[in-house]
Amino acid sequence: MQSSSDDLRSASTTSAPRAGVTGFPIVARHDISDATFILEVHHPLMARAARAGQFVIVMSHPEGERIPLTIADFDRELGTVTLVVQAVGKTTREMQQTCHVGTSLHGVAGPLGQPSPLGTARTVVCVGGGLGVAPVYPQARAHKERGATVIGVLGFRSAELVFWEDKFREVCDELILCTDDGSAGIHGLVTDGLELAMERYPDVGEVVAIGPPVMMQACAEATRPTGVHTVVSLNPIMVDGTGMCGGCRVRVGDGVRFACVDGPDFDGHKVDFADLRSRLTRYRGEEAQALAHWEHTCRRAEVAAADTSELPTPTGA
Amino acid sequence: MAAKRTIRTIPAERTPVREQPAAERIGGFEEVSLGYDEVEAAREAQRCLFCADTPCMRGCPVSVDIPGFIRKVSDRDYQGAYETIARTNLLPAVCGRVCPQESQCEAVCTVGDSLEPVAIGRLERFVGDLAIANDWASRPFIPPTPHRVGVIGSGPAGMACAADLAKAGCEVTVYEALHLPGGVLRYGIPDFRLPSEVIDAEVANLERLGVRFECNTVVGRLFTPEQMIEEMGFDAVFIGTGAGYPTMLGIPGDSLGGVLSANELLTRANLMQARDFPVYDTPIPLGTHVAVVGAGNTAMDAMRVCLRLGAETVQCLYRRSAAEAPARAEELHHAEQEGVEFHWLTNPVEVLDDGQGNVGGLRCQRMELGEPDASGRRRPVPVPGSEFVMRCDQVVFAIGTNANPIIGQTSRLSLDKRGYLRVDEDLATSMAGVFAGGDIVTGAATVIEAMGAGRRAAAGILRYLGVRDESLPYDALGEPVFGIAPHEHSFVRLRVAETPSTHRTAVTAR
Repeated sequence: MQSSSDDLRSASTTSAPRAGVTGFPIVARHDISDATFILEVHHPLMARAARAGQFVIVMSHPEGERIPLTIADFDRELGTVTLVVQAVGKTTREMQQTCHVGTSLHGVAGPLGQPSPLGTARTVVCVGGGLGVAPVYPQARAHKERGATVIGVLGFRSAELVFWEDKFREVCDELILCTDDGSAGIHGLVTDGLELAMERYPDVGEVVAIGPPVMMQACAEATRPTGVHTVVSLNPIMVDGTGMCGGCRVRVGDGVRFACVDGPDFDGHKVDFADLRSRLTRYRGEEAQALAHWEHTCRRAEVAAADTSELPTPTGA
Repeated sequence: MAAKRTIRTIPAERTPVREQPAAERIGGFEEVSLGYDEVEAAREAQRCLFCADTPCMRGCPVSVDIPGFIRKVSDRDYQGAYETIARTNLLPAVCGRVCPQESQCEAVCTVGDSLEPVAIGRLERFVGDLAIANDWASRPFIPPTPHRVGVIGSGPAGMACAADLAKAGCEVTVYEALHLPGGVLRYGIPDFRLPSEVIDAEVANLERLGVRFECNTVVGRLFTPEQMIEEMGFDAVFIGTGAGYPTMLGIPGDSLGGVLSANELLTRANLMQARDFPVYDTPIPLGTHVAVVGAGNTAMDAMRVCLRLGAETVQCLYRRSAAEAPARAEELHHAEQEGVEFHWLTNPVEVLDDGQGNVGGLRCQRMELGEPDASGRRRPVPVPGSEFVMRCDQVVFAIGTNANPIIGQTSRLSLDKRGYLRVDEDLATSMAGVFAGGDIVTGAATVIEAMGAGRRAAAGILRYLGVRDESLPYDALGEPVFGIAPHEHSFVRLRVAETPSTHRTAVTAR
């Protein structure tokens, strides 16, 4: 990766971390945009166990919340797992400020969820939009490794925000970039890219779509007429991530499923996206409150720091 | 010793326990029951008849020597009392608080035949709290064995199992999926019933016995029980992952905003400390009028948490009558004191939408009791035309839980139809060296039953490993042959016994 990065891998591989020790060291960080950043966490057992489609629950500090993050990549030799974080709420914005190489995460539990069933389709389209670009990568790689023809369709707002293009080109037979402003690839949404891919490859047997719910729904609608199996990866609000609270329940077909233990991958043609979207907005008020409280504390800390710096230097030190 | 106690000489009235007044306590999460002081404990201890046939011990799933410890309390030998309990129950401060004594030891207490039974639970808690306050710990000299055992889940079953194994000299590692140990004690039972300091103290006790806790470790996903045995060098594994998977309401509207499982509510409030939001980051949805479905201990806990979080009304719906409610008597009583409204023989049929995707009310129907069902309880049947709408803006369901699916999904262990692990009478699963107990075997039960299962599994594991369990009454099990009890599964020890010198003492002098 060429973006600005600091790397401590060689140093931390000698520290021999164990499963479950307090603190999971961050060994690399890359900022993709002003809101999105990639963390590589040293956790050899997790890197060994992780499969495409799984996620982790991260707790950045002891008072923090448990948030689900999809595993965007894993390196079994280096013993690292890669997480992509979009700074949108209190926790993720705080992580953007505090998570640097040399610090560690308070808790990382996983790999959670069922690994993606890779199926036997000869040709697979992997669609990633927004935060879904990174998590669709291990799926594309896994399909490539089992010998399928893989077409990648990635959506970004503009050319400056494109990331992991090289990584995707390595595992995709064809890569279709889509940007909102046409500054890279085709001018359009990922659904336009998906339709293009379906035209060029009539034998597409499976579509994997990961991204915001509205995007996954649009992809599922795009394939519904032809009935091509479409897998979506759901990311509802979770607490424990181990099947205990039921907060992540989603309606799939006639039943209620828990994304954390029954998913996170489900048949996109059967998911009730309206229900998913409504449940995702449940804590909007509390989230705003948390963000306001945090920003207030940050300002107070800044003021306090400024006050301290104005104090005369103690003598006799 | 004083003259023999009889039912006529002991204090007739059970010593009441001091409690925070209901009006005060619902303002916070401080513990409701304040426990006995020394005078009260001494008075209550006088009520034990020390009867010869000790029905209370048979009523206890882990057979605590109840008359033994009460006698020590009478003699003011509190440390002795603690050691007596700790021989079979390492968590007296927990069990004194959360065991359903009225259906176990106290239900069969001889005093209870004519008067109110001895308050065994309160005495146990008194001793357990003293032990924590004075930092007593049962720390016997433990000759190490070469065995390594992994315990999956740090709830009551796992902790009890780990304690017994550590005392027998095994090297024990407990894996916990969440970020703090304790399992249901931590995420499920609120602070006003079981303060987290008590759990911390009990965990620290285990750590002093040499048990290692590793949190953030989801066994099944990070590594499997099979890998623990085959690759990670564990000689045996105990699975105590519990039955935490909540049963859904399964009625129209059950995914509306404001409908959540009691597990989620309690996990947010207890484990994640959402009650201190936004100091802690996890939020909790606050309802003004809360309806809780179910009448077990979890339902009581959920209702009392809601009251403390500021709910104006909390209503409890249960499809059977008060007599069938599975909650501990004390919890029902406390919930009632604090202002919970009970609607017995009432069943929810639909959660109503307020037009914005949130709860606008709960349509219910009245029930009546019909013929007994498979559980022996009379089956509730709907009363035709009895539907009505209950006003509420939050619905919490506490209607039972199922097996946690993760171990079943990720291992080859044999499961029953409902996803619970199949075990034999030694609690051994279908895989050699892997044992299981607690809710993941039996389905949802009590803390003490899970602890009992953990201890039974520990005994099974020790026999499997060929470690002699000296607490077993060998005499009662027939004549040992060459020093080996007939039920021992492994005779590895024979070889050790043949070598004359130091090894022999190291292994058999336990």
